[in-house]
Amino acid sequence: MLIFVADADVSWEFSDLIEAIYSAPTYHLVFEGCLILFIVGLLFQHSFLPSKRRGGSGDRLSKAEEDQLIAEWQPEPLVSGDPADEALLASYQRCATSQVGRSVTYSDGRTLVNFATGNFLDFIGEARIRDRALASLRHYGVGSCGPRGFYGTMDVHLHLEEQLAKFYGCEEAVLYSYGFSTIASAIPSYAKRHDIIFADERCCFAIQQGLEASRSKIIRFAHNDTAHLEELLQRQAEHDRRDPKKARVTRKFIVVEGLYVNCGDICPLGELVKLKYKYKVRLFVEESASLGTLGATRARHLRGGRRQRAGRGSDSGWNRECSGPLRGFVVGTKYVVDHQRLSGLGYCFSASLPPMLAAAASEALTMVDEMRGERTARLKSVSDRLHQRLLAELDNLWSVEGAPMSPIKHLRLHRCTGENSLPALEAACAAAADAGLLLTVARYVAQDLGQPAQPSIRLSVNCNHSDSEIGSLLDFLKSYATGLAKKCFQQLNISRKVRPWII
Amino acid sequence: MADNDHSEEPTPYIEAIVTYISYVLLAVFGHIRDFLRNKGFEANMIATEPDRTKSFVPLYQNFESFFTRNLYRRIRDCWNRPITTCPGAEFEVMDRDSPDYGWTFRYPGSTTRAVNFGSYNYLGFAESSGYCADAAVAATEMYGCGVGSSRTEVGSLNIHTQLERAMAEYLGTEDAIVFPMGFATNALNMAALVGKGCCILSDELNHSSLVLGSRLTGATIKIFKHNNPADLEAKLREAIVYGQARTRRPFTKILIVPDAPQVEGVYSMEGSIVRLPEIIALKKRYQAYLYLDEAHSIGALGTSGRGVVDYYGCDPRDVDVLMGTFTKSFGGAGGYIAGSSRLVRHVRQSSHSAIYGASMPAPVAAQILTALNILLGRAGPPDEGKRRLRQLSVNAQYMRARLHQLGLIVYGDRDSPVVPFMIFMPGKVAAFARLSLAHGLGIVVVGYPATPIIEARARICLSAAHSLDMIDRSVQVIDKLSRLLRIRYSRRQPPDWTRDRTRAWAEAQLAEFSRPLAPTHVASSANGVALIGA
Repeated sequence: MLIFVADADVSWEFSDLIEAIYSAPTYHLVFEGCLILFIVGLLFQHSFLPSKRRGGSGDRLSKAEEDQLIAEWQPEPLVSGDPADEALLASYQRCATSQVGRSVTYSDGRTLVNFATGNFLDFIGEARIRDRALASLRHYGVGSCGPRGFYGTMDVHLHLEEQLAKFYGCEEAVLYSYGFSTIASAIPSYAKRHDIIFADERCCFAIQQGLEASRSKIIRFAHNDTAHLEELLQRQAEHDRRDPKKARVTRKFIVVEGLYVNCGDICPLGELVKLKYKYKVRLFVEESASLGTLGATRARHLRGGRRQRAGRGSDSGWNRECSGPLRGFVVGTKYVVDHQRLSGLGYCFSASLPPMLAAAASEALTMVDEMRGERTARLKSVSDRLHQRLLAELDNLWSVEGAPMSPIKHLRLHRCTGENSLPALEAACAAAADAGLLLTVARYVAQDLGQPAQPSIRLSVNCNHSDSEIGSLLDFLKSYATGLAKKCFQQLNISRKVRPWII
Repeated sequence: MADNDHSEEPTPYIEAIVTYISYVLLAVFGHIRDFLRNKGFEANMIATEPDRTKSFVPLYQNFESFFTRNLYRRIRDCWNRPITTCPGAEFEVMDRDSPDYGWTFRYPGSTTRAVNFGSYNYLGFAESSGYCADAAVAATEMYGCGVGSSRTEVGSLNIHTQLERAMAEYLGTEDAIVFPMGFATNALNMAALVGKGCCILSDELNHSSLVLGSRLTGATIKIFKHNNPADLEAKLREAIVYGQARTRRPFTKILIVPDAPQVEGVYSMEGSIVRLPEIIALKKRYQAYLYLDEAHSIGALGTSGRGVVDYYGCDPRDVDVLMGTFTKSFGGAGGYIAGSSRLVRHVRQSSHSAIYGASMPAPVAAQILTALNILLGRAGPPDEGKRRLRQLSVNAQYMRARLHQLGLIVYGDRDSPVVPFMIFMPGKVAAFARLSLAHGLGIVVVGYPATPIIEARARICLSAAHSLDMIDRSVQVIDKLSRLLRIRYSRRQPPDWTRDRTRAWAEAQLAEFSRPLAPTHVASSANGVALIGA
């Protein structure tokens, strides 16, 4: 800093330097001295750490003060004193003593016809699947005792993955050991903090969790409304045009469900695929409930539609329609799917699927292939018939939500039967048990954004439900709701006598 | 329990430098190969974006695929080795060969028999015959193998209730609830306990399920140093005194999530045991709550196998939330949460997993229930549970002592059945993995990114199913390999306790259970049926 007189033709030597100091004006030396002091001061200053500087330097509390604060601190109890939801807790006590197939036996000896679990293709209790599972159990034992990377991969897992990929006509499949975690870890393994996800507002909770874990920007579009989605995509494209640098590194995804568990609707896949290519957005389809149930047309969609991948989550996927063993998987192109083997949290860090369940799933898949959609077609016709009858016979008593061919339907009490509340529906389910039918209300946690506004009874159709079983379901629904309507009417009459201006 | 030395031997400088140089070399060669691939001199075997999505924003980072392509691919055969048998004391590993240096595998159909040091089969309950398997068969015949509904809808089976009751009794808590996947037990249930406005103090080496679970709660997450109560106390004080960032409101509750007793996390396999008594004291002093993940310790530690709480002789009521998995010691799958009946009732009402996820498959529940009954002394030959616990503890100490004596750098606590020893250099990691399998040992190796870059290691998981002879044979192989690969890095004397852990000592410890050490093949299937019906 001292050598700032730069005369190019003068060669400086050390003695000249000393000389220069002597000859420099005093004000200059003082200035240089100040600069040196300032640098030394900087060197000795405490490093700037925001954590050590809360609210300025004089704000640091003494130990005594800290102790005082700690003594004063009153935490809330770990478990807040929320009131016990007896009806919900009772479901833990109502235990089946048989398999939860088309009919279920309970510990009190009653056997009920099952309209509550997603056993769509009636694979639960299928002897062929059970035998395969037992054979596998006798060979491998129950647990796999390790994650896939560390000797937790059995030959059955490899076989099943190959079979799944072939079934979907995709390059590769990845198995997860729990359905819920499949989609919840598949989404965050691709979507990161600065990415954008367009999600249907009625997506199930597992998807919501995946969205949250990804920390991406979430844009929700109106349920099954491709026009709204396109509008949002256009708006985003507009943004991208303005900021192309950012757009080059921002991944965009659409997340939808194949068959919405929360409302029984089917997603308009064809249009979504068109939008996907038009706006260069990657598409996730969660097919827990639609796999195998939407059959031929669907399979064509899937194969011809060339979607990027289907994230398939939720035990429901297979639990519901097949034997219950396969918990979750993702299929797609090798480029996409292979990535999860190193970065899907639920894949890398979780013990692999118990081999007997993998073997059972593989058998179920073989059966689906062999039947060539026979059960799927039957399921569709049973669902459709049930839907028509529900509409025709229970028009003023119950409202039905869901596509006609969907095996999942949501039932709600009509206005004239009184309020459609969770306790009222729970009471209806209890009464159904007396009539020999197993029904369940759809349960949600309070934070679930995708839940329907109104509580409902979720009906699940089994392809082997007979006409008489459906008849008895309809009879029950009709007589129960008529009873309610009568009661409601009487109450209304009483109140009319007292306060005639109400009506 | 004394003799627990908590200081690990640090990586020697020379080895650390050589390790860094190895990675730099790998990266340099990787770039050269990438260059050749891009210019078309070398065939490109990478799975690339299909043509129809070429114009999309790339799905993952360039570095990630660089790592996969150039580092991981070279040694891909050291992981994901498929097996064709039950993961018991020994297993058959499927042979693979790769015609194209790791891009794809071919399976000629032959297998290699190896001693299983890879699976978490601590108590040896991974069996395809015997009491547990018989019970699982009976349960499959009774309940089928899937349920298809959640516990809160109509998915509860009788056997779930029995299992929950047995688990609570085993742990000494008021109640328990079980879930079908261990990972999900953490990832989906923490949100039921803490939320916005709360604080989670999490160990820096926590398992990714805990990290994900914490992230999903929406609470403030603070990280403390691995197994370091002093740092935890400092962070606790700070959390209470300064409260939430920006709003400055005090936290409503603070949850301490110490490291799982033997980590198997992002930084896998430390083999150290959480310092529970000190953490319980802190928790009491500062009125925080404690969430203890016993994924690896339940069944594996303590005189009666009740995990780390039992190991230190603590009161289970001092731990607010006891969590653990059934994959490891019980040979099943899934996890549990146990604690006061109020806590469990709350979890039942608000757990995401119990409301949306399917319930536990019956055969899995039967396997765990039977294993528990054996440990509680209600099933199987008399003292079978005790024998397994003793065998595991003797195996663990004997193996650890022998490895120390070989001069390897061994991590972790004396009693832990997870025994990691250091290899450091990526080339040696691959060589060790391949050679050990060729010599009939199934040992897991781990390197970057699962460990810090200079702490690549091999890990041995001991099981009660291993016999002393198996261990002796394996130690001979490791002796030979460690000399060949020059991985005897330790510059310390073996710890004092290793001196008397001889074969004679091990035999004396096991003399009480004079029965042969074979697994329980004797059980009849009638017993299994009776257990389920009970």
